[in-house]
Amino acid sequence: MSEVKYSKEHEWIKLEGDVATIGITKHATEMLGDIVFAELPEKGSNVEKDGTAGVVESTKAASDVYTPVSGEVVDTNQEIVDDPSKINQDPENSAWFFKLKIKDKSEMDSLMNKDDYDKFAKENNT
Amino acid sequence: MGTKKTSLYQLHQDCNAKFVEFAGYHMPIQYSEGIVEEHKFTRNHSGIFDVSHMGQLFIYGGEELIKDLEKIFPLDLKNLKLNHSKYSFLMDKDAGIQDDLIITKIDEGFLIILNAACKDNDFKILKELLKEKYKMVLDENRSLIAIQGPKSSQILNELVDGVKDLNFMSGNCFLFDNQKVYITRSGYTGEDGFEISILNNYADKLTRELINKGSKLAGLGARDTLRLEAGLCLYGHDLDKDKTPVEANLKWAISKERISKGDFIGSDIIIKQLNDGVTKIRVGIKPEGRIIAREKTKIFNQSDVHIGEITSGTFGPSVNGPVAMGYVENEFSKKNTKVFLEVRGKKYAANICSLPFYKKSYVKGVNQ
Repeated sequence: MSEVKYSKEHEWIKLEGDVATIGITKHATEMLGDIVFAELPEKGSNVEKDGTAGVVESTKAASDVYTPVSGEVVDTNQEIVDDPSKINQDPENSAWFFKLKIKDKSEMDSLMNKDDYDKFAKENNT
Repeated sequence: MGTKKTSLYQLHQDCNAKFVEFAGYHMPIQYSEGIVEEHKFTRNHSGIFDVSHMGQLFIYGGEELIKDLEKIFPLDLKNLKLNHSKYSFLMDKDAGIQDDLIITKIDEGFLIILNAACKDNDFKILKELLKEKYKMVLDENRSLIAIQGPKSSQILNELVDGVKDLNFMSGNCFLFDNQKVYITRSGYTGEDGFEISILNNYADKLTRELINKGSKLAGLGARDTLRLEAGLCLYGHDLDKDKTPVEANLKWAISKERISKGDFIGSDIIIKQLNDGVTKIRVGIKPEGRIIAREKTKIFNQSDVHIGEITSGTFGPSVNGPVAMGYVENEFSKKNTKVFLEVRGKKYAANICSLPFYKKSYVKGVNQ
Protein backbone atom coordinates (compact mmCIF):
# COMPACT_ATOMS: atom_id res chain seq x y z
CA MET A 1 0.00 0.00 0.00
CA SER A 2 1.28 3.38 -0.92
CA GLU A 3 1.11 6.23 1.52
CA VAL A 4 -0.44 9.57 0.59
CA LYS A 5 1.62 12.62 1.57
CA TYR A 6 0.71 16.29 1.72
CA SER A 7 2.38 19.63 1.05
CA LYS A 8 2.02 22.98 2.78
CA GLU A 9 0.57 24.31 -0.47
CA HIS A 10 -2.35 21.87 -0.01
CA GLU A 11 -1.46 19.27 -2.63
CA TRP A 12 -1.65 15.55 -2.03
CA ILE A 13 0.73 13.07 -3.63
CA LYS A 14 0.48 9.34 -3.93
CA LEU A 15 3.53 7.36 -5.03
CA GLU A 16 3.21 4.02 -6.85
CA GLY A 17 6.55 2.71 -8.07
CA ASP A 18 8.24 5.79 -9.50
CA VAL A 19 5.00 7.41 -10.67
CA ALA A 20 3.36 9.98 -8.40
CA THR A 21 -0.26 11.10 -8.73
CA ILE A 22 -0.85 14.68 -7.55
CA GLY A 23 -3.98 16.65 -6.78
CA ILE A 24 -5.29 19.31 -4.39
CA THR A 25 -6.73 18.53 -0.98
CA LYS A 26 -10.35 18.69 0.13
CA HIS A 27 -9.31 21.44 2.51
CA ALA A 28 -7.96 23.43 -0.44
CA THR A 29 -11.22 23.06 -2.37
CA GLU A 30 -13.19 24.21 0.66
CA MET A 31 -11.07 27.33 0.89
CA LEU A 32 -11.31 28.03 -2.85
CA GLY A 33 -15.05 27.52 -3.22
CA ASP A 34 -16.59 26.50 -6.55
CA ILE A 35 -13.80 25.70 -8.97
CA VAL A 36 -14.70 26.80 -12.49
CA PHE A 37 -11.39 26.52 -14.34
CA ALA A 38 -8.39 24.22 -14.25
CA GLU A 39 -5.15 24.35 -16.22
CA LEU A 40 -2.69 21.46 -16.14
CA PRO A 41 0.97 21.09 -17.12
CA GLU A 42 1.75 19.75 -20.58
CA LYS A 43 2.37 16.07 -20.98
CA GLY A 44 6.08 15.44 -21.50
CA SER A 45 7.13 18.64 -19.74
CA ASN A 46 9.36 18.67 -16.70
CA VAL A 47 8.31 20.31 -13.46
CA GLU A 48 10.48 21.25 -10.50
CA LYS A 49 9.70 20.71 -6.83
CA ASP A 50 7.71 23.67 -5.43
CA GLY A 51 7.32 25.14 -8.93
CA THR A 52 4.01 26.06 -10.56
CA ALA A 53 2.38 23.14 -12.34
CA GLY A 54 -1.12 24.36 -13.00
CA VAL A 55 -3.84 26.80 -12.07
CA VAL A 56 -7.28 26.51 -10.55
CA GLU A 57 -9.78 29.31 -10.52
CA SER A 58 -12.90 29.80 -8.46
CA THR A 59 -15.51 32.43 -9.31
CA LYS A 60 -13.51 34.69 -6.99
CA ALA A 61 -9.83 34.26 -7.86
CA ALA A 62 -7.05 32.29 -9.51
CA SER A 63 -4.63 30.13 -7.50
CA ASP A 64 -1.48 28.38 -8.63
CA VAL A 65 -1.09 24.65 -8.20
CA TYR A 66 2.43 23.65 -7.16
CA THR A 67 4.14 20.35 -7.54
CA PRO A 68 5.55 18.96 -4.29
CA VAL A 69 8.20 16.91 -6.14
CA SER A 70 10.19 17.15 -9.40
CA GLY A 71 9.58 14.94 -12.41
CA GLU A 72 8.32 14.46 -15.95
CA VAL A 73 4.59 14.84 -16.57
CA VAL A 74 3.43 11.47 -17.89
CA ASP A 75 -0.35 11.98 -17.69
CA THR A 76 -2.92 14.71 -17.00
CA ASN A 77 -6.58 14.48 -16.05
CA GLN A 78 -8.54 16.02 -18.94
CA GLU A 79 -11.83 15.31 -17.14
CA ILE A 80 -11.24 18.08 -14.61
CA VAL A 81 -10.38 20.54 -17.39
CA ASP A 82 -13.67 19.72 -19.15
CA ASP A 83 -15.68 19.82 -15.92
CA PRO A 84 -13.80 21.65 -13.15
CA SER A 85 -16.68 21.13 -10.69
CA LYS A 86 -15.43 17.53 -10.36
CA ILE A 87 -12.54 18.92 -8.32
CA ASN A 88 -14.97 20.08 -5.64
CA GLN A 89 -16.83 16.78 -5.74
CA ASP A 90 -13.96 14.31 -5.39
CA PRO A 91 -10.68 16.18 -4.92
CA GLU A 92 -8.60 13.46 -3.32
CA ASN A 93 -9.56 10.65 -5.65
CA SER A 94 -10.97 10.82 -9.19
CA ALA A 95 -10.17 14.53 -9.60
CA TRP A 96 -6.39 14.07 -9.58
CA PHE A 97 -4.44 16.68 -11.59
CA PHE A 98 -1.34 15.08 -13.09
CA LYS A 99 1.04 12.13 -12.83
CA LEU A 100 4.81 12.50 -12.63
CA LYS A 101 7.62 10.12 -13.25
CA ILE A 102 9.68 11.27 -10.33
CA LYS A 103 13.42 11.68 -10.22
CA ASP A 104 14.28 11.72 -6.57
CA LYS A 105 12.16 9.81 -4.05
CA SER A 106 13.90 11.58 -1.19
CA GLU A 107 11.93 14.74 -2.12
CA MET A 108 8.96 12.95 -0.53
CA ASP A 109 10.65 12.91 2.88
CA SER A 110 9.92 16.53 3.77
CA LEU A 111 6.20 16.17 3.06
CA MET A 112 3.55 15.65 5.75
CA ASN A 113 1.56 12.55 6.57
CA LYS A 114 -2.24 12.76 6.91
CA ASP A 115 -2.31 13.52 10.65
CA ASP A 116 0.30 16.26 10.37
CA TYR A 117 -1.44 17.77 7.36
CA ASP A 118 -4.85 17.79 9.05
CA LYS A 119 -3.29 19.60 11.98
CA PHE A 120 -1.50 22.02 9.65
CA ALA A 121 -4.71 22.70 7.69
CA LYS A 122 -6.63 23.40 10.88
CA GLU A 123 -4.01 25.88 12.06
CA ASN A 124 -3.75 27.59 8.66
CA ASN A 125 -7.40 28.00 7.92
CA THR A 126 -7.08 30.95 5.58
CA MET B 1 -12.85 52.64 13.92
CA GLY B 2 -13.43 48.92 13.70
CA THR B 3 -15.08 46.97 10.95
CA LYS B 4 -18.84 47.47 11.05
CA LYS B 5 -21.51 44.80 11.15
CA THR B 6 -24.92 45.00 9.52
CA SER B 7 -28.16 44.10 11.33
CA LEU B 8 -28.11 40.72 9.62
CA TYR B 9 -24.69 39.75 10.97
CA GLN B 10 -26.11 37.15 13.37
CA LEU B 11 -28.28 35.69 10.62
CA HIS B 12 -25.29 35.47 8.29
CA GLN B 13 -23.42 33.59 11.00
CA ASP B 14 -26.38 31.27 11.59
CA CYS B 15 -26.32 30.50 7.86
CA ASN B 16 -22.57 29.68 7.90
CA ALA B 17 -21.49 32.73 5.93
CA LYS B 18 -17.87 33.19 4.97
CA PHE B 19 -17.11 36.81 5.72
CA VAL B 20 -14.89 39.29 3.96
CA GLU B 21 -14.19 42.88 4.81
CA PHE B 22 -15.80 45.07 2.20
CA ALA B 23 -15.82 48.87 2.38
CA GLY B 24 -15.35 48.72 6.14
CA TYR B 25 -18.06 46.13 6.78
CA HIS B 26 -18.03 42.46 7.65
CA MET B 27 -19.98 41.15 4.67
CA PRO B 28 -20.90 37.60 3.62
CA ILE B 29 -19.07 36.60 0.44
CA GLN B 30 -20.93 33.29 0.33
CA TYR B 31 -22.85 30.79 2.46
CA SER B 32 -22.45 27.02 2.73
CA GLU B 33 -23.92 26.21 -0.70
CA GLY B 34 -21.39 28.37 -2.52
CA ILE B 35 -21.41 31.11 -5.12
CA VAL B 36 -22.53 29.01 -8.09
CA GLU B 37 -25.56 27.55 -6.29
CA GLU B 38 -26.51 30.93 -4.83
CA HIS B 39 -26.21 32.49 -8.27
CA LYS B 40 -28.36 29.81 -9.93
CA PHE B 41 -30.96 29.87 -7.16
CA THR B 42 -31.31 33.63 -7.62
CA ARG B 43 -31.76 33.24 -11.39
CA ASN B 44 -34.24 30.37 -11.06
CA HIS B 45 -35.99 31.15 -7.79
CA SER B 46 -35.20 33.92 -5.33
CA GLY B 47 -32.06 35.14 -3.57
CA ILE B 48 -31.75 37.59 -0.67
CA PHE B 49 -28.81 40.00 -0.51
CA ASP B 50 -27.83 42.07 2.49
CA VAL B 51 -26.84 45.39 0.94
CA SER B 52 -27.13 47.36 4.17
CA HIS B 53 -23.57 48.58 3.75
CA MET B 54 -24.78 50.78 0.90
CA GLY B 55 -25.60 54.38 1.69
CA GLN B 56 -29.20 55.51 2.04
CA LEU B 57 -29.05 59.25 1.68
CA PHE B 58 -32.22 61.23 2.28
CA ILE B 59 -32.23 64.83 1.08
CA TYR B 60 -35.25 66.84 2.11
CA GLY B 61 -36.56 69.69 0.01
CA GLY B 62 -38.96 70.84 -2.70
CA GLU B 63 -38.78 72.78 -5.97
CA GLU B 64 -35.49 74.48 -5.16
CA LEU B 65 -33.83 71.18 -4.28
CA ILE B 66 -34.89 69.79 -7.66
CA LYS B 67 -33.22 72.75 -9.39
CA ASP B 68 -30.07 72.37 -7.32
CA LEU B 69 -29.86 68.61 -7.90
CA GLU B 70 -30.23 69.15 -11.64
CA LYS B 71 -27.01 71.16 -11.49
CA ILE B 72 -25.35 67.99 -10.17
CA PHE B 73 -27.05 65.03 -11.85
CA PRO B 74 -27.67 64.73 -15.63
CA LEU B 75 -31.31 63.87 -15.00
CA ASP B 76 -34.65 65.43 -15.80
CA LEU B 77 -35.61 65.49 -12.13
CA LYS B 78 -38.45 67.99 -12.47
CA ASN B 79 -40.31 65.41 -14.54
CA LEU B 80 -39.40 62.47 -12.31
CA LYS B 81 -42.68 61.23 -10.88
CA LEU B 82 -43.19 60.59 -7.20
CA ASN B 83 -41.78 57.17 -6.22
CA HIS B 84 -39.97 56.71 -9.51
CA SER B 85 -36.25 55.92 -9.66
CA LYS B 86 -33.41 56.66 -12.06
CA TYR B 87 -29.88 55.32 -12.38
CA SER B 88 -27.32 58.11 -12.41
CA PHE B 89 -23.82 59.15 -11.32
CA LEU B 90 -22.01 61.79 -9.37
CA MET B 91 -19.42 63.38 -11.64
CA ASP B 92 -16.55 65.78 -11.14
CA LYS B 93 -16.03 68.79 -13.42
CA ASP B 94 -14.17 66.60 -15.93
CA ALA B 95 -17.15 64.21 -15.99
CA GLY B 96 -15.10 61.60 -14.11
CA ILE B 97 -17.42 59.28 -12.21
CA GLN B 98 -17.14 59.63 -8.42
CA ASP B 99 -19.98 57.18 -7.79
CA ASP B 100 -22.92 55.56 -9.52
CA LEU B 101 -26.26 55.60 -7.76
CA ILE B 102 -30.03 55.21 -7.85
CA ILE B 103 -32.09 58.29 -7.08
CA THR B 104 -35.77 58.05 -6.15
CA LYS B 105 -38.29 60.88 -5.78
CA ILE B 106 -40.01 60.52 -2.43
CA ASP B 107 -42.64 62.63 -0.70
CA GLU B 108 -40.26 64.84 1.25
CA GLY B 109 -37.43 65.01 -1.28
CA PHE B 110 -35.10 62.37 -2.67
CA LEU B 111 -33.62 59.07 -1.57
CA ILE B 112 -30.23 58.27 -3.11
CA ILE B 113 -28.67 54.80 -2.81
CA LEU B 114 -24.87 55.08 -2.84
CA ASN B 115 -22.01 52.62 -2.99
CA ALA B 116 -20.66 51.67 0.43
CA ALA B 117 -17.07 52.62 -0.33
CA CYS B 118 -18.11 56.04 -1.69
CA LYS B 119 -20.96 57.06 0.57
CA ASP B 120 -19.08 59.20 3.09
CA ASN B 121 -17.21 61.05 0.36
CA ASP B 122 -20.41 61.48 -1.67
CA PHE B 123 -22.10 62.95 1.39
CA LYS B 124 -19.29 65.48 1.78
CA ILE B 125 -19.34 66.41 -1.90
CA LEU B 126 -23.12 66.79 -2.04
CA LYS B 127 -23.23 68.79 1.19
CA GLU B 128 -20.72 71.22 -0.26
CA LEU B 129 -22.44 71.43 -3.63
CA LEU B 130 -25.82 72.01 -2.00
CA LYS B 131 -24.24 74.60 0.30
CA GLU B 132 -25.87 73.01 3.36
CA LYS B 133 -29.23 74.43 2.27
CA TYR B 134 -31.09 71.17 2.81
CA LYS B 135 -31.42 68.61 5.55
CA MET B 136 -29.35 65.58 4.50
CA VAL B 137 -29.32 62.27 6.36
CA LEU B 138 -27.04 59.36 5.52
CA ASP B 139 -29.28 57.01 7.43
CA GLU B 140 -27.43 54.40 9.50
CA ASN B 141 -30.65 53.31 11.21
CA ARG B 142 -31.98 51.59 8.14
CA SER B 143 -30.95 48.32 6.55
CA LEU B 144 -31.28 47.58 2.85
CA ILE B 145 -32.35 44.11 1.84
CA ALA B 146 -32.54 43.07 -1.82
CA ILE B 147 -34.64 40.12 -2.93
CA GLN B 148 -33.97 39.11 -6.52
CA GLY B 149 -35.17 36.49 -8.94
CA PRO B 150 -38.38 35.30 -10.60
CA LYS B 151 -40.10 34.07 -7.40
CA SER B 152 -39.28 37.22 -5.41
CA SER B 153 -42.48 39.07 -6.26
CA GLN B 154 -44.70 36.23 -5.06
CA ILE B 155 -42.62 35.63 -1.91
CA LEU B 156 -42.35 39.26 -0.84
CA ASN B 157 -46.01 39.89 -1.62
CA GLU B 158 -46.99 37.21 0.92
CA LEU B 159 -45.34 39.37 3.62
CA VAL B 160 -45.98 42.82 2.19
CA ASP B 161 -49.25 42.93 0.32
CA GLY B 162 -49.23 45.04 -2.84
CA VAL B 163 -45.54 44.96 -3.81
CA LYS B 164 -46.33 42.74 -6.79
CA ASP B 165 -48.10 45.71 -8.42
CA LEU B 166 -45.00 47.92 -8.43
CA ASN B 167 -43.43 48.63 -11.82
CA PHE B 168 -39.71 48.29 -12.45
CA MET B 169 -37.76 51.31 -11.15
CA SER B 170 -40.58 52.56 -8.99
CA GLY B 171 -41.35 52.25 -5.30
CA ASN B 172 -43.70 53.03 -2.45
CA CYS B 173 -44.22 52.90 1.31
CA PHE B 174 -45.62 49.65 2.66
CA LEU B 175 -46.20 48.11 6.06
CA PHE B 176 -44.29 45.16 7.48
CA ASP B 177 -45.03 44.19 11.07
CA ASN B 178 -46.80 47.56 11.42
CA GLN B 179 -43.58 49.33 10.49
CA LYS B 180 -43.23 51.61 7.51
CA VAL B 181 -40.85 50.17 4.93
CA TYR B 182 -39.88 51.73 1.61
CA ILE B 183 -39.71 49.23 -1.23
CA THR B 184 -38.56 49.78 -4.79
CA ARG B 185 -38.78 47.29 -7.64
CA SER B 186 -35.13 47.29 -8.59
CA GLY B 187 -31.87 45.52 -8.05
CA TYR B 188 -28.52 44.76 -9.57
CA THR B 189 -28.65 41.17 -10.72
CA GLY B 190 -30.46 41.35 -14.05
CA GLU B 191 -33.50 39.76 -12.44
CA ASP B 192 -36.86 41.07 -11.38
CA GLY B 193 -36.66 42.00 -7.73
CA PHE B 194 -37.02 44.48 -4.92
CA GLU B 195 -34.92 46.52 -2.53
CA ILE B 196 -36.40 47.01 0.92
CA SER B 197 -35.34 49.89 3.12
CA ILE B 198 -36.28 48.91 6.68
CA LEU B 199 -35.38 49.98 10.22
CA ASN B 200 -32.42 47.97 11.51
CA ASN B 201 -34.45 46.37 14.34
CA TYR B 202 -36.82 44.71 11.86
CA ALA B 203 -34.35 43.63 9.18
CA ASP B 204 -33.52 40.28 10.77
CA LYS B 205 -37.19 39.37 11.23
CA LEU B 206 -38.10 40.31 7.65
CA THR B 207 -35.20 38.34 6.21
CA ARG B 208 -35.93 35.23 8.28
CA GLU B 209 -39.55 35.35 7.11
CA LEU B 210 -38.43 35.64 3.50
CA ILE B 211 -36.27 32.57 4.05
CA ASN B 212 -39.23 30.73 5.57
CA LYS B 213 -41.20 31.52 2.42
CA GLY B 214 -38.56 29.80 0.28
CA SER B 215 -36.01 32.48 -0.59
CA LYS B 216 -32.34 31.91 0.27
CA LEU B 217 -29.48 34.17 1.28
CA ALA B 218 -26.87 34.85 -1.40
CA GLY B 219 -23.54 36.58 -0.78
CA LEU B 220 -21.47 39.27 -2.43
CA GLY B 221 -19.78 36.60 -4.56
CA ALA B 222 -23.04 35.69 -6.29
CA ARG B 223 -24.01 39.35 -6.49
CA ASP B 224 -20.83 39.95 -8.47
CA THR B 225 -21.32 37.09 -10.95
CA LEU B 226 -24.99 38.04 -11.38
CA ARG B 227 -24.33 41.73 -12.05
CA LEU B 228 -21.48 40.95 -14.44
CA GLU B 229 -23.65 38.55 -16.47
CA ALA B 230 -26.26 41.31 -16.54
CA GLY B 231 -23.63 43.72 -17.91
CA LEU B 232 -23.90 46.05 -14.92
CA CYS B 233 -20.94 48.10 -13.71
CA LEU B 234 -19.20 47.84 -10.37
CA TYR B 235 -17.81 51.08 -9.03
CA GLY B 236 -14.08 51.02 -8.33
CA HIS B 237 -13.63 48.49 -11.12
CA ASP B 238 -15.66 49.28 -14.24
CA LEU B 239 -16.23 52.87 -13.18
CA ASP B 240 -13.94 55.38 -11.51
CA LYS B 241 -12.78 59.00 -11.64
CA ASP B 242 -10.76 58.35 -14.81
CA LYS B 243 -13.84 57.28 -16.75
CA THR B 244 -16.79 59.31 -17.95
CA PRO B 245 -20.37 58.07 -18.43
CA VAL B 246 -19.90 58.29 -22.21
CA GLU B 247 -16.75 56.17 -22.06
CA ALA B 248 -18.57 53.78 -19.73
CA ASN B 249 -21.25 53.37 -22.41
CA LEU B 250 -23.87 54.72 -20.03
CA LYS B 251 -25.09 57.59 -22.16
CA TRP B 252 -28.58 56.08 -22.05
CA ALA B 253 -28.71 57.25 -18.44
CA ILE B 254 -28.10 60.90 -19.36
CA SER B 255 -31.23 62.93 -20.05
CA LYS B 256 -31.31 64.27 -23.64
CA GLU B 257 -33.18 67.31 -22.47
CA ARG B 258 -30.46 68.08 -19.95
CA ILE B 259 -27.71 67.64 -22.55
CA SER B 260 -29.36 70.25 -24.76
CA LYS B 261 -29.18 72.70 -21.85
CA GLY B 262 -25.74 71.52 -20.67
CA ASP B 263 -25.86 73.07 -17.23
CA PHE B 264 -24.72 70.26 -14.95
CA ILE B 265 -21.30 69.43 -13.52
CA GLY B 266 -19.21 67.77 -16.23
CA SER B 267 -21.64 68.71 -19.02
CA ASP B 268 -18.91 70.37 -21.15
CA ILE B 269 -16.96 67.13 -21.37
CA ILE B 270 -20.08 65.00 -21.84
CA ILE B 271 -21.30 67.14 -24.74
CA LYS B 272 -17.83 67.19 -26.30
CA GLN B 273 -17.56 63.40 -26.08
CA LEU B 274 -21.06 62.89 -27.46
CA ASN B 275 -20.21 65.10 -30.44
CA ASP B 276 -16.60 64.10 -31.10
CA GLY B 277 -16.64 60.52 -29.84
CA VAL B 278 -14.37 58.94 -27.25
CA THR B 279 -11.00 57.23 -27.53
CA LYS B 280 -11.85 54.34 -25.18
CA ILE B 281 -15.19 52.70 -24.43
CA ARG B 282 -16.59 49.98 -22.20
CA VAL B 283 -17.48 46.72 -23.97
CA GLY B 284 -18.45 43.15 -23.17
CA ILE B 285 -15.74 40.56 -23.82
CA LYS B 286 -16.28 36.85 -24.22
CA PRO B 287 -13.21 34.59 -24.14
CA GLU B 288 -13.43 31.78 -26.72
CA GLY B 289 -12.32 29.02 -24.37
CA ARG B 290 -12.72 28.53 -20.65
CA ILE B 291 -9.95 30.94 -19.67
CA ILE B 292 -11.00 33.57 -17.14
CA ALA B 293 -9.60 37.05 -17.72
CA ARG B 294 -9.63 39.00 -14.47
CA GLU B 295 -9.47 42.71 -13.77
CA LYS B 296 -6.28 44.36 -15.16
CA THR B 297 -5.83 41.71 -17.88
CA LYS B 298 -4.32 43.40 -20.94
CA ILE B 299 -6.26 43.35 -24.21
CA PHE B 300 -4.46 43.19 -27.58
CA ASN B 301 -5.68 43.50 -31.17
CA GLN B 302 -4.86 41.04 -33.97
CA SER B 303 -1.60 42.89 -34.68
CA ASP B 304 -0.53 42.38 -31.06
CA VAL B 305 -0.98 46.05 -30.15
CA HIS B 306 -2.15 46.80 -26.61
CA ILE B 307 -5.65 48.30 -26.98
CA GLY B 308 -7.21 48.10 -23.53
CA GLU B 309 -7.77 46.40 -20.22
CA ILE B 310 -10.31 44.19 -18.51
CA THR B 311 -12.09 45.85 -15.57
CA SER B 312 -14.22 42.89 -14.40
CA GLY B 313 -13.94 39.25 -15.30
CA THR B 314 -15.23 36.02 -13.85
CA PHE B 315 -16.97 32.77 -14.65
CA GLY B 316 -20.67 33.26 -15.34
CA PRO B 317 -22.61 30.34 -13.89
CA SER B 318 -25.73 30.96 -16.02
CA VAL B 319 -23.72 31.61 -19.18
CA ASN B 320 -21.65 28.55 -18.18
CA GLY B 321 -18.47 30.19 -19.32
CA PRO B 322 -16.16 33.10 -18.73
CA VAL B 323 -17.47 36.65 -19.07
CA ALA B 324 -15.70 40.00 -18.83
CA MET B 325 -16.04 43.73 -19.33
CA GLY B 326 -13.32 46.19 -20.11
CA TYR B 327 -12.29 49.30 -21.97
CA VAL B 328 -10.84 49.17 -25.47
CA GLU B 329 -9.84 51.78 -28.01
CA ASN B 330 -12.98 52.90 -29.78
CA GLU B 331 -12.06 51.44 -33.20
CA PHE B 332 -11.94 47.94 -31.70
CA SER B 333 -15.26 48.20 -29.88
CA LYS B 334 -17.51 46.74 -32.59
CA LYS B 335 -19.35 43.54 -31.82
CA ASN B 336 -17.51 40.38 -32.96
CA THR B 337 -14.11 42.11 -33.14
CA LYS B 338 -11.48 39.51 -32.32
CA VAL B 339 -9.10 40.46 -29.53
CA PHE B 340 -6.51 38.67 -27.41
CA LEU B 341 -6.28 38.56 -23.64
CA GLU B 342 -2.95 38.09 -21.90
CA VAL B 343 -3.39 35.69 -19.01
CA ARG B 344 -0.34 34.37 -17.15
CA GLY B 345 1.94 35.31 -20.05
CA LYS B 346 -0.10 33.62 -22.80
CA LYS B 347 -2.54 35.22 -25.21
CA TYR B 348 -6.05 33.82 -25.57
CA ALA B 349 -8.64 34.68 -28.23
CA ALA B 350 -11.80 36.52 -27.24
CA ASN B 351 -14.56 38.48 -28.95
CA ILE B 352 -16.11 41.85 -28.26
CA CYS B 353 -19.79 41.22 -27.59
CA SER B 354 -22.92 43.11 -26.71
CA LEU B 355 -24.13 43.30 -23.13
CA PRO B 356 -25.80 41.78 -21.21
CA PHE B 357 -24.39 38.27 -21.33
CA TYR B 358 -27.57 37.10 -19.69
CA LYS B 359 -30.97 38.40 -20.81
CA LYS B 360 -32.91 40.42 -18.29
CA SER B 361 -36.39 39.62 -17.16
CA TYR B 362 -37.52 42.87 -15.58
CA VAL B 363 -41.17 43.66 -15.10
CA LYS B 364 -42.19 46.19 -17.78
CA GLY B 365 -39.84 48.55 -19.61
CA VAL B 366 -36.84 50.29 -18.19
CA ASN B 367 -37.93 53.62 -19.62
CA GLN B 368 -41.18 54.87 -18.25
